[in-house]
Amino acid sequence: MAQNVLVIGEMVGGALAPTSKELLGAASRIAEGGTVAIALLGTGAQASAAEAFTFGATQALTSGDATYDVFRSDQWLPAAEAAIAQASATVVLIAQSMVGRDLGPRLAFRNGSSAAMDCSRLEMVGGKLQVTRPAYGGNALATYEFASALAVITVRAKTQEALDATAGATGATSELPGPGEARTDVVSREASASEGLQIQDAPIVVSGGRGLGDPEGFRLVEALAAAFGSERAAVGSSRAACDLGWYPPSQQVGLTGKVVSPDLYVAVGISGASQHMAGCSGAKAIVAINKDREANIFKSAKFGIVGDYKLVLPALIEALKQAR
Amino acid sequence: MHLVICAKQIPDPETPPSAFKIDSNAVVPAAGISPVLSPFDAQAAEAALRLKESAGDTKVTVISMGKESAQAAIKQVLAMGADEGVLLNDDAFEGGDSYTTAKVLAAAIRKLGDVDAVFCGRQAADWDMGQVGLGIAEDLGWPCAIVAKDVQLDGSALVVQRVLTDGFETVKEPLPAVVTVSNELGDPRYPKLQQIMQAAKKTVTTWGTGDLGLDASGVGAAGSKLKLVGLAQPQSGGAVQIIEGETPEEQAQGLVQALRDARII
Ligand SMILES: Cc1cc2nc3c(=O)[nH]c(=O)nc-3n(C[C@H](O)[C@H](O)[C@H](O)COP(=O)(O)OP(=O)(O)OC[C@H]3O[C@@H](n4cnc5c(N)ncnc54)[C@H](O)[C@@H]3O)c2cc1C
Ligand SMILES: Nc1ncnc2c1ncn2[C@@H]1O[C@H](COP(=O)(O)O)[C@@H](O)[C@H]1O
Repeated sequence: MAQNVLVIGEMVGGALAPTSKELLGAASRIAEGGTVAIALLGTGAQASAAEAFTFGATQALTSGDATYDVFRSDQWLPAAEAAIAQASATVVLIAQSMVGRDLGPRLAFRNGSSAAMDCSRLEMVGGKLQVTRPAYGGNALATYEFASALAVITVRAKTQEALDATAGATGATSELPGPGEARTDVVSREASASEGLQIQDAPIVVSGGRGLGDPEGFRLVEALAAAFGSERAAVGSSRAACDLGWYPPSQQVGLTGKVVSPDLYVAVGISGASQHMAGCSGAKAIVAINKDREANIFKSAKFGIVGDYKLVLPALIEALKQAR
Repeated sequence: MHLVICAKQIPDPETPPSAFKIDSNAVVPAAGISPVLSPFDAQAAEAALRLKESAGDTKVTVISMGKESAQAAIKQVLAMGADEGVLLNDDAFEGGDSYTTAKVLAAAIRKLGDVDAVFCGRQAADWDMGQVGLGIAEDLGWPCAIVAKDVQLDGSALVVQRVLTDGFETVKEPLPAVVTVSNELGDPRYPKLQQIMQAAKKTVTTWGTGDLGLDASGVGAAGSKLKLVGLAQPQSGGAVQIIEGETPEEQAQGLVQALRDARII
């Protein structure tokens, strides 16, 4: 059955976010002849719409009002509802971002249903949409169908493939209403992102956990990342290490942190709890460095070193330098 | 003020993967591992109790939708310092999705009548959905701030510090309002033995569909729109290759060689 799919788009620095391109790819695959629309709110909406057409959108609904640049659900929600109506959407896709976490459930509830959150697979099975998502901290994969007229789905980053860009592709554009009042006032914002290469984008991620024993351990982890090449490797951490204040929460990998899918993920002093693995199981190869041979991390790793990181990391840094 | 904590009892999320079993699209409770209060709900309770301490003259009610066994989760929050407990227990509530769960919890909050703020966990650590708090807010027509790490009272508003993907944000939401709480709030308090004993003696009110004025056809499995059609265990990866060596240097060189042979670096 044809689905009219609406993607709630996001922008980074006024340009179409990579996750929005992934969502357009997924939308194109499940539309089965229906339309693929994208809603874009805030500065850069027009230019991003033009880009979205090259990644599979057939319709764009935009408002370039700069008030939308800061996400406030009270303001985005009516615009998203207007977009659903204008696109006659039967399926809404949103990234599992701070926008999706907030807007997804609200849009679903307003349409008398629940959203399917943090989905990693979307497919049409015999004309019916099925979505699959990790549950129980990643110990289970749950598959759902919708009995509602509207299916609201938030999608995990890096799980969907974007289409190859078709240069010059265009589509229909229409205006969304400007923002209304917001009940909730944003008083202040503080960025804590690390400089330079972000863990979501890095081909190599080296993460430290509680097994480092102290925050100083992260200096060795950072040195290991630098030995792989600072232009290629970024540093992440487990929640336990973040909760202890050893590393900023923005670097947390896992179910409630960031999802990374690098070519190489090096876990140092991390036990491999399912909730941590939920954030890195998409890595092409995992290397575990842990002193406990029985640690769960070795079940997911391709290569492992059993040993004390304080001895292994300096040796590894040296070996990488020699190999250059 | 009257604060409500929504607390769910779930299988222990620290259950080792080897003890995690699924049968006929349902999780089989692991032998010898008791269900627990969902960890973020303990943090939601902590946030509410901190507010009670700073605001004074505040009543805190803990609500749980679940079977009789969920009394244990309610008692745990009572032991932490909540004043009253309500169990929402009715066969009709079973097999629901987030939408029907939010509907039942919102009906209970409406019945309590004078509630100023509702505290939920950012997500229940069984299904990891993270939507019931927002659902309660939508049902009641209240604002909701999600993923909070700090909650303060400022007159008739809550000042909530939220965790964003790359930083923090402080928002002010007028009461009545809903907040969902994350682990960045810090560790929940550990009840003292005396508090545990006092909580054990407290009576917990039980409400069903009739008490809440809800129709059985609109709740539980009957009212759910998100239908679970499959539950499976993900396949674990292949075998690990342990890099042996007499010294850390040998291990390190072996690993670098293995990574190069596999064309990973
Ligand atoms: C709902 C929910 C969501 C969660 N979300 C996340 C999430 O997003 N991300 C996340 O990471 N966690 C998350 N968790 C927590 C998760 O369950 C684990 O508690 C956490 O990942 C453990 O972190 P860790 O591996 O660093 O610590 P530990 O489990 O304590 O492991 C430390 C490891 O270090 C090893 N070690 C100790 N000393 C050394 C040494 N000298 N050299 C080498 N190895 C050493 C030990 O053998 C051990 O394996 C979540 C939990 C829940 C319930
Ligand atoms: N059955 C329940 N009883 C009480 N509170 C619940 C229940 N289910 C969910 N909640 C609350 O809603 C939050 C989010 O749940 P969920 O949307 O299922 O991830 C939980 O952390 C609880 O605070």
